[in-house]
Formats: sequence, structure tokens, C-alpha cells
Amino acid sequence: MSTYSASKTVALAQSAEEGAALSGRPLSLAFSFPPGGTGVFASLAWVGFGISCLWWPDIGDWTRTHQLAAAAFVMSGAIFLATVAGSRLGRFNAGLQRRAPWLLVSALFLTLWEVATAKFGWLPLPFFPPPQSIIEVYTDDLPKLLDSIIASVKLQLGGYVIGATVGFLTGVSIGWSRSVGYWVHPVLRFIGPLPATAWLPIAFFTFPSSWSASTFLIALATGFPVTVLTWSGVASVSNAYYDVARTLGAKPSFLVLKVAIPAALPHVFVGLFMGLGSSFAVLVVAEMIGVKAGLGWYLQWAQGWAAYANMYAALIVMSLLCSGAITLLFRTRDRLLIWQKGVVKW
Amino acid sequence: MVAHALAEAVTYPAVGASLDVERISHAFDIDGSVLPVLDDVNFSVKPGEFFALLGPSGCGKSTLLRLVAGLEAPRSGVLREDGDPVTGPFPSRVVVFQDPTLFPWRTVWNNVALGLEAQGILKSQRQRVDAALDLVGLSQFRNAYPHQLSGGMAQRVALARALVNDPKILILDEPLGKLDSLTRITMQAEIVALWQRKGFTTLLVTHDVEEALFLANRVIVFGDRPARIKADIAVDRPYPRHRGDPRLAELRRSILGLLGLDATW
Ligand SMILES: Nc1ncnc2c1ncn2[C@@H]1O[C@H](COP(=O)(O)OP(=O)(O)O)[C@@H](O)[C@H]1O
Ligand SMILES: [Mg+2]
Repeated sequence: MSTYSASKTVALAQSAEEGAALSGRPLSLAFSFPPGGTGVFASLAWVGFGISCLWWPDIGDWTRTHQLAAAAFVMSGAIFLATVAGSRLGRFNAGLQRRAPWLLVSALFLTLWEVATAKFGWLPLPFFPPPQSIIEVYTDDLPKLLDSIIASVKLQLGGYVIGATVGFLTGVSIGWSRSVGYWVHPVLRFIGPLPATAWLPIAFFTFPSSWSASTFLIALATGFPVTVLTWSGVASVSNAYYDVARTLGAKPSFLVLKVAIPAALPHVFVGLFMGLGSSFAVLVVAEMIGVKAGLGWYLQWAQGWAAYANMYAALIVMSLLCSGAITLLFRTRDRLLIWQKGVVKW
Repeated sequence: MVAHALAEAVTYPAVGASLDVERISHAFDIDGSVLPVLDDVNFSVKPGEFFALLGPSGCGKSTLLRLVAGLEAPRSGVLREDGDPVTGPFPSRVVVFQDPTLFPWRTVWNNVALGLEAQGILKSQRQRVDAALDLVGLSQFRNAYPHQLSGGMAQRVALARALVNDPKILILDEPLGKLDSLTRITMQAEIVALWQRKGFTTLLVTHDVEEALFLANRVIVFGDRPARIKADIAVDRPYPRHRGDPRLAELRRSILGLLGLDATW
């Protein structure tokens, strides 16, 4: 009796599942067509881009046109397969559907760019290179580009970490100690608002190397906003928190490390974001003027040779790096400030 | 529910301390002028007593509690805990403020652990945090952040954060003042249960006459600022008390009379 009812339940459940699957398939087709449709259109647009590369002859001498077309076809195929596979790809599919309109529009943009430059020359040539010539830079000039990227990242990272650390420690000290504030505050007011790039000429001949000078300037550009915001964060911590901690037996070191700093952290991150922005500017200028390496220098060098494709290639890399750095900082903040509600998503 | 949880919780020895408030006067300097807040306040609290301070808003009750906690030093007079002068904050005297003031960056568990962590004994005594959370019935919320709690829950966490230190004197500064009336009634009963179980001395500030009478052994009534003692009333009713107790109603009437509010009764 009991086995019978158990197997019956299983059978019922199975048939219910099948029914759901059966009725689910046509349903999901009918309802998911609009988003899936965008995927199909995106795939078609990429085919179109590939064809646009091959259909007309290039008006210049570029070696990567065929590879670019092939890449476009591969992209198209990938989008098509992913769209057809649909919900079987789970989260990836959701991401794809969300990005499908963007994929479509980027293909249209690339096609327009290709046609306007490589095929009909509507845009004047040396200044507006076609996509394949930028690909050419990435493939043929890779070693130099990589060296520049590594040099930039090293310089930026070193300067930023030093500036952020010093700025944070200074900010906490000023916010915490009246006597430190007495001495540091006027200096900060006098020097802080000066754009770090104004120091360039002096820094380059007072420091032993252009690299150390640039590190100093990047640190300076980062340090000022970090200091000010850390300071204001520490200063604005409610006394009620200190009272609570003190009645629970907290010593001064506990008040600084476990009350003031965590409470000030949201401010500190604002300073870190501002510092990141202004240090990028210093990095590029310093590389252009003094340091004989890095993406800024690469830009400068490319300009000297009127190598416009190289400049665009370097700009694209630079923007990816800067955006990546900001994203990383956002991730770090979201991790550390998980206790805050309603924070901005990047 | 709390009383039930208490039965299983680790029990600590009854540790109430006596508190002597001797000729305390205090004042604040505001823009060059002096604002007297406490004027020659004298009273003694016996070990384990539930002591309520009642008075109009702004008369100096919170100031007195800050002095007892050791957060500030009085202009004149001495405070003694078990006969020893109070010179600064110490975890044997813990305050629960009107606002829970939980640290928003810490989970509930880590908020309760604050005192043990500050004293450097958390590593070996983690079970005390769990026990304190059990005591206020919030074990399931140990990993929640303060912004996820209701007002009553947050105040319970603040209570647990105080109790985990096994205070000799628990100082409550209108701890239920901002809660809705139903939560308040529940928590009043919980506080009495905790106090009876643990035996700490309790110093409660409130401006709610009924609350003072429902909870305390003894009620001191302050007049307007600068605070001076107007009456010292023993509430000789056994616990658990009933809000409809005619003796409490009688006391309530006389206290409201002292505060000049008997016409509304
Ligand atoms: N830190 C302070 N500085 C200046 N005045 C204060 C300070 N703290 C409290 N006061 C004043 O002292 C008086 C008593 O305050 P308080 O003790 O908080 O009253 P209560 O808790 O009885 O409502 C109020 O008039 C208040 O403005
Ligand atoms: Mg008050």
C-alpha cells in the first residue's frame, strides 16, 4: 500500500515535470523571442561587419583585413550559438541577453567605421585609421606596447600605493591628534590644492631619476584627496561611538583602529577614487614629459612618427586599464563596506 | 521567552555593586556662561538594587549617568562604586543609551563581542557572546548587520553588548524611550527578568513614571535644572508586578503631583 502510493507519487511528479517541460518549451520560445531575437540580429550584424571588410577592396595597404573579417565571423557564430543554446548556458545567457543590444550596436559602429575609413575614405586617412590597422598595432607592435603597459602599471601602482598609504596615515593622524593637526593642516592647505603637475619641472631635476620624480608626483596627486577625506571621515565620527567603546573598556589604540578607522572608511574610499582620477592625469603627463617609458610615452612617440593607429591603440589600452583600476577599487569597496546600504554600482 | 533562555544560559555570580553619589555638582560652559546642571546631588544605591531616576527632560539625568559611567568627571563631589572612587570608564559599569549606537560596520555578533574584544579576552571567551545573544533571543541574527534590524532588536543587541561584560552596575539611559509601546512593554518585563537573574545593580533613567514604578525598587524624582532631588520613593511591591496594581497607581499619582502634573491625572 505504502510502496504503491510512493511510486504513484513519484510517477505523478514525473509526469508533472514532463508536462511542465513540454508546455514550457513552446512557451519559452514564444516569450523569449524578443530578447533572443536581439541576439540573432547581433549575430547578423557581425556577419555584416565581416562582409563589409571583404566586399570592397581596401584603399590603403593593410595586412590584417582578412583576419579582421574572420574574427567578425567567429564573433557572429559565437553569438548565434550562445543565443540558440539559450537558457542552457544559465547565467552566461542572462548576461548575453543583457548585452545583446550593445553587441548589435558595436557591430554597426565597426561596420560604419570600416566603410568610412578603409573602403571609401570619407574620413581623412592618416588621422582616422581603420579597425584593421589598429589590430595591426596589437599584433605587430605587441612587445613595445606590452613593455609600455608594464612600465605604466608599475609607475602608477607604486605611486598610488605610496600616496594612498601616506595620505591615509596623515589623515588619521590629523583627525585624531590636535597637535598633529596644528602642524600639518597649514602645510596641507598651502600645498594640497596645487595641481601635482605644477611640480613637474622642479621634480624632474631635484629627484635622482625621472622615475622617482614621477612616483613622487603620482603619490602627491593621490595623497592630497586621500588625506583630506580620511581626515574629515575621522573627524566626523560620532562621539557616541567613542562613548560606547570607552565604557566597554576600550583603550585609545582600540578607539583609533576599531572605531575611528572603520567609521571613516566610506570617506576614505571617496578620497581613493578622487586620488585615482588625478593620479592618472599625472601619470600620463609625467610619461609624456620625462619618463622614457609607459603608455604616455608611447602616445608621444607615436605622435612623433605620425603613427595614428598606434595612438588609438594605446588610448584604447589606457582606457581599459583606467577603467579596470576603478572597477577594482569599486570591488574592494563593496567588499569592505558591505555593511552600507544603497551604495553606487559601477 | 527571555526568562526561559536565562534558565539555560551560563550563570554568573550575583555581582551587584553599591553606588554612592556624594555631593555631586556639575555644570557646562556654554559660550562663556555657566549652565549649572546638577546641584549637590546625594544618594546611595544598595548592591543589586533597581534604582530609577525620574525627571523632566533636560534636567541633567543623562549628565549624571555619564558621570557615573566615568565618561566625564564631576565639577565637585565623589562617586563611589563599592566604596572606590570612580576615575574613568570601566566595563563593570556599562551604559545602554537611548539610541542603540550599534557599530554599523559590525555584525550583531561582533557588536556584542565589542567589550570582550576591547578588553583583549575575546579569544578565550567567545561562548559568552553566544550566551548573551541567547539571553536577548537574537541568536539567529548573529550575522545580520545593524541596518537590517528593527528598533527593538537593535536595542536588544545593545543590551546584550552591555550584559556580556557581566557589569556590576548596569546603567540604562532611557533605553526604551524610542520604541513603540508594545515592544516597550515586552522589553520592560525582559529587563526585570534579566536583573532578577543576574543580580546586577541597575540605574535606570526614564521620564516615564509608569515605567519607573513597574521596574524599580526605588525611584528618585528630580526637579527642573539644575537637578536636585525632590523625592526618594521606595516601591515595595514584589515582582512580577502588575500594571493595574492600585499601590503603583497611588504612587504614580503622588509623583505626578510632585512634577506639577497632577491636574491632568
Ligand atoms: N556636553 C554638553 N555641553 C553643554 N551642555 C550640555 C552638554 N550635555 C548636556 N548639556 C546640557 O545640560 C542639560 C542637561 O542635559 P541632560 O543631562 O542630557 O538632560 P536629560 O538627560 O535629563 O534630558 C541640558 O540643558 C543640556 O543642554
Ligand atoms: Mg537624557
